[in-house]
Amino acid sequence: MNEIILYIKKSYNFLNYVFIKLRSSFMDLLPILVVVTFFQLVILRQPFPQFGEVFFGSVLVLIGLMLFIEGLEMGLFPIGESMAYALAKKGSLPWLMTFSFLLGFSTTVAEPALIAVAQEAARIAAEANLIDADQSSKDSYAVGLRLTVAFSVGISILLGVLRILKGWPIYYLIIGGYMLVMIITIFAPKEIIGLAYDLGGVTTSTITVPLVTALGVGLATVIKGRNPLLDGFGLIAFASLLPMIFAMLYGMILFN
Amino acid sequence: MFGATVEFYEVFLLTVRDVAPVVLLVVFFQLFVLRQNIPNLRKVVIGVILVILGLSLFLMGLEKALFPIGQIMAEQLSESKFIAKSYEDPKSWVAYYWIYIFAAMIGFATTIAEPSLIAVAMKANQASGGTISMWGLRIVVAIGVAISLTLGTIRIVTGTPLYIYIIVGYIIVMIQTIFSPKRIIALAYDSGGVTTSTVTVPLVVALGIGLSAAVPGRNPAIDGFGLIAFASLFPIITVLGYAQITELINKNKKGKNEI
Repeated sequence: MNEIILYIKKSYNFLNYVFIKLRSSFMDLLPILVVVTFFQLVILRQPFPQFGEVFFGSVLVLIGLMLFIEGLEMGLFPIGESMAYALAKKGSLPWLMTFSFLLGFSTTVAEPALIAVAQEAARIAAEANLIDADQSSKDSYAVGLRLTVAFSVGISILLGVLRILKGWPIYYLIIGGYMLVMIITIFAPKEIIGLAYDLGGVTTSTITVPLVTALGVGLATVIKGRNPLLDGFGLIAFASLLPMIFAMLYGMILFN
Repeated sequence: MFGATVEFYEVFLLTVRDVAPVVLLVVFFQLFVLRQNIPNLRKVVIGVILVILGLSLFLMGLEKALFPIGQIMAEQLSESKFIAKSYEDPKSWVAYYWIYIFAAMIGFATTIAEPSLIAVAMKANQASGGTISMWGLRIVVAIGVAISLTLGTIRIVTGTPLYIYIIVGYIIVMIQTIFSPKRIIALAYDSGGVTTSTVTVPLVVALGIGLSAAVPGRNPAIDGFGLIAFASLFPIITVLGYAQITELINKNKKGKNEI
């Protein structure tokens, strides 16, 4: 009898937990629902196209977001933190640098968004007669761009981790980086500028961001004299800045 | 139902491929470099599985629900029939005002739902000991994205060059950096990079390319780009600005208390 009551209590607690999490994910998605419904019904005055599909999709988005956030706290954050603690404890700078570089490089090089943008870039470059229009030179251009960007993200994470270790203030590095972007923009071929700017945004994926943030905050927490808020962030900032510089340099070196 | 299962399987495989390099890297380091076990291994493995599963469902749902609707709406709002109806001079850039409003609102809404921003907000809340609220940060960043997309769509319609906006934006960020409270700077820069991932990018790219195809005299290959760059710049400005305003208010309060 007691076991049954305990079982009911347990499942009640579980359902309650799931309900609270679902409600919080629903709040995250509510603005999208409001905007889409408002424009569809009030401004465009049209019924929803394929209402069933859209409803089914929205339910998937809701459950997906809930599971993702749960998994963040259970899996991705702890991995980032425990790697930060373990590497700091080991105290080997070369291994920490290697890990940081590989984390940036390996998560970027196969990123679907980057592959798509690189192919688009090759198409535009061929149309502007900057490279030969045949498939093999377009492919080698796209692969080169991908490797360049992945390399630059690796360097970004490495640089960001080094900054946390040394306690360099972030604003000198970032402002220096922005100035570099502006100077290079003047000399870079027009065809690559808009694309290079966009590349900064696409390099940081949904899997990479939580890991990298947990790594940074973890390191800043373990290392004496560092503040998690002041020093722990900034890795993503480098990862969106350096790809712009590297992509424009790639264009300049290749086209000139 | 069978179609949906196949679709899920495809998205699931893509997500696994996304996670695979990270898992390989961590396992390699744990086994060969650090030579230790991951604490709470079972929980972490379940967590990673939940992340993969959740992200796959999320992406598949977006493809089914949000992206088609967003694309159709962007097309309908930039149609010449709709433009002509809403303003007396359809050639003026003002005639596209519903597009600007739509860009702002959809930019705000998708940023609130952006999973990577939720992750960063969780960490920021934790690292600041609770002084930075999760919703506060997300709303300020979302306002930044809303401003970016409005400016970005105005730029596409007017055809003004991208680099002018970007360079002016950078100069504002640099000036703000000098005067902002130091503890917020790194987080503000990070907020710029995380706004543009899973949800926002596909929608924004569709908006940019759709709009530049609809506006006479614009070329999607040249004018369609740049919205993402905008969306990673302006959140930095709004987060720094918000920190500056709160600091100012706190200073004033202190001043009054001292009197």
